[in-house]
Amino acid sequence: MARITASVYTSHVPAIGAALDLGKAGEPYWQPVFAGYDFSKQWMKDHKPDVIFLVYNDHATAFSLEMIPTFAIGTAAEFQPADEGWGPRPVPRVIGHPDLASHIAQSVIQDDFDLTIVNKMDVDHGLTVPLSLMCGAQDPKTGAWPCPVIPFAVNVVQYPVPSGRRCYNLGKAIRKAVESYDEPLNVHIWGTGGMSHQLQGPRAGLINREWDNRFLDQLIADPEALSHKPHIEYVREAGSEGIELVMWLIARGAMGDKPPKVAHRFYHVPASNTAVGHLILEN
Amino acid sequence: MALDKPYKDVPGTTIFDAEQSRKGYWLNQFCMSLMKAANRARFKADERAYLDEWAMSEEQKQAVLARDLNWCIRLGGNIYFLAKIGATDGKSFQQMAGSMTGMTEEEYRDMMIKGGRSADGNRVIGEDGDAQAHRQPQGKAGQKAGA
Repeated sequence: MARITASVYTSHVPAIGAALDLGKAGEPYWQPVFAGYDFSKQWMKDHKPDVIFLVYNDHATAFSLEMIPTFAIGTAAEFQPADEGWGPRPVPRVIGHPDLASHIAQSVIQDDFDLTIVNKMDVDHGLTVPLSLMCGAQDPKTGAWPCPVIPFAVNVVQYPVPSGRRCYNLGKAIRKAVESYDEPLNVHIWGTGGMSHQLQGPRAGLINREWDNRFLDQLIADPEALSHKPHIEYVREAGSEGIELVMWLIARGAMGDKPPKVAHRFYHVPASNTAVGHLILEN
Repeated sequence: MALDKPYKDVPGTTIFDAEQSRKGYWLNQFCMSLMKAANRARFKADERAYLDEWAMSEEQKQAVLARDLNWCIRLGGNIYFLAKIGATDGKSFQQMAGSMTGMTEEEYRDMMIKGGRSADGNRVIGEDGDAQAHRQPQGKAGQKAGA
């Protein structure tokens, strides 16, 4: 049977992708950000998964206001990096895992989580920046990501986004779905977005280092209690876009019931407008 | 019964809910069209003519032409959609976010490097933080305005 062996949590700031793509990673501003992922790149090599289930949000890229699915699972064979207005990121296309993705969709929907099934979509920085951070820069043509990726997009653009509680319980349903898959695959689940940031209005630039670190502590030690945190607290304390952090609870909910091993923890301010948080938890 | 909207009292913040989304539908869909290179080129060649192809209000068009993102947001724009205008102009998210504070690009960047804006005084309307209405615009622009 397939198993979820580890979870990865990381911010997915678009400027991180731009810094990599424009060869600025070594600049003093960016160097401390990328240094926080040196361990992670090695860890990825040492713990190479068969499939990554990657929870992220689409930033008005694949989904305009025409359709706003709360939870969307990518079941396609491949996904192209999107042109978000700056031109597509020069990174490899993303190879999917249609069989496992369809299996998870069927299981999770029967567990009362009404997913939208997506057979065609481009993927934006929300998905490709975490891959770049964890796997290092890859040539768009000759390079490749280390394994198939199942994109799982969560609506955090139009309010209301799903509650932390809903996300946490969905994670549990995903774990159950993976464990009922016959092939013995090693699956990683990633939760991305956050941490504190606000991109709009006179309050833009909000960062809350103390709150973010308490969030990390609680995500590790008591996700059950964390899952009850109401939306308004994310908005007030971590900024209007800090609400992306509910996605981390999906990945955490998919972990085993025993306390996880904290393989890596990193926190840095700033990357552009955002506090960068990163955790690797092993089952 | 009215919906509970506890996020209405957060200073300097507009939550993009169903009400805002309805108001800004065509403004945001116009932004979305800028994800195609050919449309970006047409928009740049004649902004007014391109905007006139969309069922936006005149005020929404003026807000876009002025590149006033706070104004766009009041009219139903959402930052992830509006970012496509910034991308078309070659602006980063940091330049776009900073433009909404009144600070210069350098002032905003410095604030971020120093750890960003504090939540203290900026959690609820009526406190005295730097995001509150009575303290706008921020940075040197604000000092000039107050002088």
